[in-house]
Amino acid sequence: MTIEAVPPAGAGGGLPGTDLAPVAASTPRGVLKQLVLGDRQAAFGALVLVLFVALALAAPLISPYSPRVKAGPVYAPPSSEHFLGLDDGGIDMLTLLIWGARVSLLVGFAASLMAMLIGGTVGILSGYLGGRTDTVLMRITDYFLVIPDVPLMIVAAAIWGQSLLNIVIIIAVIYWTSTARLIRSQVKSVREQVYVKRARALGAGNVRLIVKHVLPQVTPLLVANTVLTVATAIFAETYIAFLGLGDPSQISWGKLIQNSLTGGAIFSDAWWAIVPPGVCVTLVILACTMVGQSMEDSLNPRLKVGHLSVHRFRLRRPPAKAEVG
Amino acid sequence: MRGADYVIRRTGAALLTVFVAITLNFVLFRAVPGSAVTALRCFHCTKQFKAALEEELGLNQSMWQQYTIYLGSLAEGDLGTSFTDHRSVWQNLKEPIMNTLPMLVVATVISVVIGVAAGVVSAWRRGTRTDRLNTWAALSFYAMPTQWIGLMVVFYIALRFGFPVAGIRDPTLGILEEPSTWTVIADRLRHLALPALTLGIGLYGEYALIVRSSMLETLGEDYVLTARAKGLKNFNIVWRHGLRNAMLPLVTLIALSFGYILAGAIVIEEVFSYPGIGLAVINAIDQRDYPVLQGAFLLLTFAVIFFNFVADLLYFKLDPRVTA
Repeated sequence: MTIEAVPPAGAGGGLPGTDLAPVAASTPRGVLKQLVLGDRQAAFGALVLVLFVALALAAPLISPYSPRVKAGPVYAPPSSEHFLGLDDGGIDMLTLLIWGARVSLLVGFAASLMAMLIGGTVGILSGYLGGRTDTVLMRITDYFLVIPDVPLMIVAAAIWGQSLLNIVIIIAVIYWTSTARLIRSQVKSVREQVYVKRARALGAGNVRLIVKHVLPQVTPLLVANTVLTVATAIFAETYIAFLGLGDPSQISWGKLIQNSLTGGAIFSDAWWAIVPPGVCVTLVILACTMVGQSMEDSLNPRLKVGHLSVHRFRLRRPPAKAEVG
Repeated sequence: MRGADYVIRRTGAALLTVFVAITLNFVLFRAVPGSAVTALRCFHCTKQFKAALEEELGLNQSMWQQYTIYLGSLAEGDLGTSFTDHRSVWQNLKEPIMNTLPMLVVATVISVVIGVAAGVVSAWRRGTRTDRLNTWAALSFYAMPTQWIGLMVVFYIALRFGFPVAGIRDPTLGILEEPSTWTVIADRLRHLALPALTLGIGLYGEYALIVRSSMLETLGEDYVLTARAKGLKNFNIVWRHGLRNAMLPLVTLIALSFGYILAGAIVIEEVFSYPGIGLAVINAIDQRDYPVLQGAFLLLTFAVIFFNFVADLLYFKLDPRVTA
């Protein structure tokens, strides 16, 4: 076999992060258009996300049974009445999955919104103000980057108690760092743009400059990063729930995975209690990764160039910091 | 020497982070509602006993005094004493750590081997069906919750092929006769194989994706074109010229992934009841044994800081373009 001339970085493949954006879309409409037309994977991801969100919102209307009421014998196999069988408490699995989507997605979106607020604020302040503020904030960020995330989540959840709000806060407090770093570098370059300097020369204050000129420039990237963080947050929720540190009264996909271990589904040969929750988590995380990365790529084609490729596929790891000069 | 300055600065930063970690660790565990002793899950403990325990642990002193005592005992290598069995925390954690380490090593080897192979094949055959399939597989495994992979492995592999699904050694071994060294080693490997495989599968996706993109970039370099023009065999081009240069991001990524590897190990140990550091942490949570939890968390943080430090130095050593 031969090695053909290599196309420009990463063309072909058609997977997120492997396609060079045909046109670098910089307007929201351009991004949307590209999402739908230019990138089938991103469109697929968006579709999956919309579907799951719709399921979660409509849970009370569409779930066939009650998530709290025994609907039949323990670990009854799938049948025409119970499409995915029953779990260790005799509760309909399909119903549990639909209700589980609510908590899992809620935790995912709420935690990443909060992470976006923290990371965005730190990133903008750090990049815009520079100097000592920048140094101090980046030191703190560096610290959160090396702290082992899951042990910290475990310890925090164990100490502060097991409510949904606590879990959202814990996840947000751990995963804001990559957003902060990304936004910081973006703000640094926006700050030096001529039009920002002009606005400042005309007498615009810091607050006005940030709100009117910097924020609109970084918002799309912030949103893209938030979508990526949703994946991380949902992943983290499954860990917390699996270790029995989730809110015991809430049904989430993580809790369902835990149930299949503690309820002995494995030894009852009940694949329908083990496989589906994991598939749901995997699908949503894949979808978020695809949408988020496609958005990031179209907004900032430079991100995928050169050594930065190390950082492309971060889901669980914060980006490596290395100064290449 | 190039970058003595860099090494010193990185060491300083790492030491500072260690100090922050110690302080945060102290604060985190003092932020318990009530005190650690009141939260202790112990049914036969009387009020007097708890008061005595508080006194013994110095919990009735001021925060600042507690902090200096904590720093002092850490400096002597004393991580504290377990609430539940009154052995030192280090005694409690030593064996679990020794159990976890071989699993982490085997898992890392598995993930790197699969990851590099998949990534290289993908980059070599870029744009083909093989590439697409490979990349999809890598992305999907990457998106799966590690504990769920573990459950699937237990369900579809362990039970069907007769692998042990719990513990680290066969409890019947050595009852009838003294087992030979080989039997013991084989038994350990059998217990270790599936947890390590699970962790390896969970990790490989990320490595494969990075090797792929890094290889694609390297294969586009001029020296690869030169190698082709010289008439080198494809194999030599891909493995010698391509992979060697494409490995750089992977090497640092492995060191950087240490935190994530640990996270995976914790849930996997729960799935397989593997008596490692993860199970020790989970048991400490169940019993609200804060000294053990605190000690384990501190050790894990140190390990991650250390590997980040190693990653920084490796990157610097391997890539001459990195400037101090």
